[in-house]
Amino acid sequence: MEDLGWWGVVLAVLAGAIRVSTPFLFVSLGELLTEKSGRINLGLEGTLVMGAMSGYAISYLTGSPWLGVLVAGVAGALFGMLHAAICSLPRVNDIAVGIALMLLGTGLAFFLGKAFIQPQAPILPAIDFGWWSDVPQVRAALQINVLFVIGLLLAPFLLWVLTNTRWGLIVRTVGDSADAARAMGYSVDLVRLAATMAGGFLAGIGGSFLSLYYPGSWNEGLSSGQGLMAVALVIFARWHPIRCLGAALLFGGAGALGPALQSVGVSQGYYLFNAAPYVLTLVIMIATCSPTRTLAGAPGELSITK
Amino acid sequence: MVDQIARLPRTASPLFPGFSLDSVRRGAEAILIPVGALLATAIVFGLFVAAAGADPLETYSLMYRGAFGTWFSWQNTLQRTAPLLLTALCVALPAKLGLVIIGGEGALVMGGLVSAAVGAALIGVPPWLLLGLMAMAGMAAGGAWIALAGALRQFRGVNETISSLLLAYIAIALMNHMVEGPLRDPASLNKPSTPPLGEANMIGSIPGLDVHWGLVFGLIACLAAYVLMQRTTFGFGARMVGGNVRAARMAGLSVTTLSMITCFLAGASAGLAGMVEVAAVHGSAKASLVAGYGYTGILIAFIARQNPLAVIPVALMFGGIAASGGLLQRRLDLPDATILVLQGIAFVMILASDTLYGRFRIFQPRG
Amino acid sequence: MKGHHGISRRTALGLLAGTAAGTALPGALSGGSPFPSALAAKNLTVGFIYVGPRDDFGYNQAHAEAAAILRKMSGVKVVEEEKVAETSDVQKTMESMISLDDATLVFPTSFGYFDPHMLKVAQKYPDIEFRHCGGMFKAGVHPANTGSYFGYIDEGQYLNGIAAGHATKSKKLGFVAAKPIPQVLRNINAFTLGARSVDPTITTQVIFTGDWSMPVKEAEATNGLVNAGVDVITCHVDSPKVVVETSERRGIYTCGYHANQAPLAPKGYLTGAEWNWITVYKDFVEKTKAGEKPGQFVRGGMKDGFIKTSAYGPAVSPESKAASEAVKAKMMAGDFPIFAGPIRTNAGKEIIAAGQSYGQTDMWLEGMDWLTEGVIGSTS
Repeated sequence: MEDLGWWGVVLAVLAGAIRVSTPFLFVSLGELLTEKSGRINLGLEGTLVMGAMSGYAISYLTGSPWLGVLVAGVAGALFGMLHAAICSLPRVNDIAVGIALMLLGTGLAFFLGKAFIQPQAPILPAIDFGWWSDVPQVRAALQINVLFVIGLLLAPFLLWVLTNTRWGLIVRTVGDSADAARAMGYSVDLVRLAATMAGGFLAGIGGSFLSLYYPGSWNEGLSSGQGLMAVALVIFARWHPIRCLGAALLFGGAGALGPALQSVGVSQGYYLFNAAPYVLTLVIMIATCSPTRTLAGAPGELSITK
Repeated sequence: MVDQIARLPRTASPLFPGFSLDSVRRGAEAILIPVGALLATAIVFGLFVAAAGADPLETYSLMYRGAFGTWFSWQNTLQRTAPLLLTALCVALPAKLGLVIIGGEGALVMGGLVSAAVGAALIGVPPWLLLGLMAMAGMAAGGAWIALAGALRQFRGVNETISSLLLAYIAIALMNHMVEGPLRDPASLNKPSTPPLGEANMIGSIPGLDVHWGLVFGLIACLAAYVLMQRTTFGFGARMVGGNVRAARMAGLSVTTLSMITCFLAGASAGLAGMVEVAAVHGSAKASLVAGYGYTGILIAFIARQNPLAVIPVALMFGGIAASGGLLQRRLDLPDATILVLQGIAFVMILASDTLYGRFRIFQPRG
Repeated sequence: MKGHHGISRRTALGLLAGTAAGTALPGALSGGSPFPSALAAKNLTVGFIYVGPRDDFGYNQAHAEAAAILRKMSGVKVVEEEKVAETSDVQKTMESMISLDDATLVFPTSFGYFDPHMLKVAQKYPDIEFRHCGGMFKAGVHPANTGSYFGYIDEGQYLNGIAAGHATKSKKLGFVAAKPIPQVLRNINAFTLGARSVDPTITTQVIFTGDWSMPVKEAEATNGLVNAGVDVITCHVDSPKVVVETSERRGIYTCGYHANQAPLAPKGYLTGAEWNWITVYKDFVEKTKAGEKPGQFVRGGMKDGFIKTSAYGPAVSPESKAASEAVKAKMMAGDFPIFAGPIRTNAGKEIIAAGQSYGQTDMWLEGMDWLTEGVIGSTS
């Protein structure tokens, strides 16, 4: 292989963005959908870990990674259902319920996942998009998983659904004003249940990407807070699916920055490089927020922006 | 958010407990509903361990033995309770103003790091002075960390829940960087850490107990926080902001001052927890400071319904659960995650039970 | 560990133990009570404490496998606890094993358990024997009922290096490491020296992930190394599973670490440096049962059976095997110093002069803070 030098870093960050961003993408699109209905689910970390575990377990037990992905999504939807059901009770705080389900999801996944740390499950295949290139690094970077492609298509699709369809309108109405939605005859709880379940489904799939594609095995340290960051990513993206895609790619690329810089000899301060995505998010939030108005795009009913 | 949080303290505890029948009814409600939720937890968790192949009764009896069954177990529980009291306050205090802070871990880590740096720099001064300065430095650092989240909220409108979480990640990265870089003791070979304080400068145990003084600091802080929030003008103002920001402004309260001070105090208590970890347990700052106490504090504060006094029994319960976890692993071969599951179920049940307040006629004031 | 952990700490701890009631009672009886050892002769309870999950294909698994063998010995009861944090939690876990499970021999296996946690608990329970994995026990400085054991796994990494040196075509090797601490640096250096004994133009690129278990970072580091042209990778993180699996998927060779990862990479696995802790634990347990004091500063390598290598994978050539076996034979005979001069650091400084050499037991090696020539990376 030829040495690409600093171009290697750029390529590594781009490749890293593709490899690492998928869980961020799914989990943030899921969170976005939930938040559009006016509820925040802080528990997607638990959902993601549960998805990672159940997807791996099912893939191992049945030999079908795609079945694993599906089950991960279903497990995520069940967690979403639990979240929505508890939050629909009067006087229950959605942020706290999210934290509770984060704990429960992680705990259950660790408990049930003990038996699956050791075995090797079949993992998802990659599609070779780099056949045209002679540079091995490029070819490696373009070994892309179908889930990433689905995520890539999902972002504009979600935008279209939210802006152009009746379903999207209902979700947004419920999210902006529960009273208006009720006046129009929609069941606020039912809409939020559906949106939270769909959000959980996506987060579960995001988790299955971790265990079934990259890094591609189940263990208890698998998630480094991708689910927890979903809420920040959605604010970062200002509740816009396409910007979610950008934010996820940015986070993925930033995650690849530390190892990539070391591979060209910049070996100091890797902890600081590893913290880059968090600093970046904070800086962007500081730059774009305002004390006098709520964020553009923020659903009116959302507890954290009220 | 503001509305939802603000409801908690009002229903959780009467502002001025007296001995009227109504306050007894309210008190009974505030105790019986959580107890009911915990009983429901016990049933669900019992079914869970039974499904996992363990005997629920044996599990509970072992948990009791591991948490409170012997004098040693009590001390084990109390030791684990100590840091949780302080990190729970980091959530409970800002909640009075309607702020949801979930980055207590970051304040703890910053408190630990800065106090260890101060301790290492000033080694040689008398231990009492050194510890005093370390405590002040740790509290200032932790306080500043959460006050930063508060300030971003006040002046830039940045959501404090998210910013405190991001700040926690940043604090941990900063600590790792400092401990393995500029502040590293060259003699700390395989476990990079700041220079050790030395045994003479460490906080010892409470006489007669094998529990360090952090427990006492935590209890005092909880009592002080309760008095501050329920018995002073400051606390009244803070709760008024939590109830209705606009009304508080019209009443001439400085929302900014109140939230900044409260956030600082919240961060200071987590920072103190970090300082105690350094000065009573580790003897230096190192990666082991990141032990999740900040995150457990969130649970405790919410289960205690953000009441600083209620934090004490809830933290004790979590300390006990943690203390019993080892016995479950060793005797029943249950995985370590068993107690995570229990905590998760308990948390969900208690939160869901919030909806029951005011639902039972028997608890309602008459006349 | 060093000077200022001296007398003052011991006396202060003694005072602390004296003031503590109840559980500290044994502290008043100064050692040598015949009762516990008489009891131990019949049935010995041994406590194992792990920092991570027992089945991690790595560090913790290596210890747990040995514990599982001990479990089958007659008259031995093993109690285990996993995922115990390096905080006061581990102190309480040790005490809990002692006071609730009657453990009289305790093995806290993670490096961070040593100071202050194990030292503190050992002061309180002078009749209980504590043996720590990896710590720098110093007689006279640390409590008399403590000790430490460790293996010269750099010998395994040197042999890994030889296998890697023969297998590489690009002459570039990769090392995914957690943190730049002496134990890790020693492995990186031994691996590189082994490879450069085959071909002195070989280089090893190091990437530090920053922590012991970071699956996504480990996968990224592996990919980054492969993209930089590396074609053999080894690692020093708690669980090598991700590194080995990712390398296999990228079609390059790997050398294992901690435990046997051959099943994870049937094509590319060359060999691996494995712990063989049962040798140490069995000795400790047998000595204790016989009423003797188990060793307090126990170190050993290939020769002593503390370390073993994985069986060679299909990609290892006959001449590579011959070269490895020749060195292994010298190691078994005890006359193969890995760190023999001349060795220069990768900053160009001569660190070991020609003709000078450090035997494995040399304490200087346990404080290693440099990287040898041929390593691309830095220690901070």
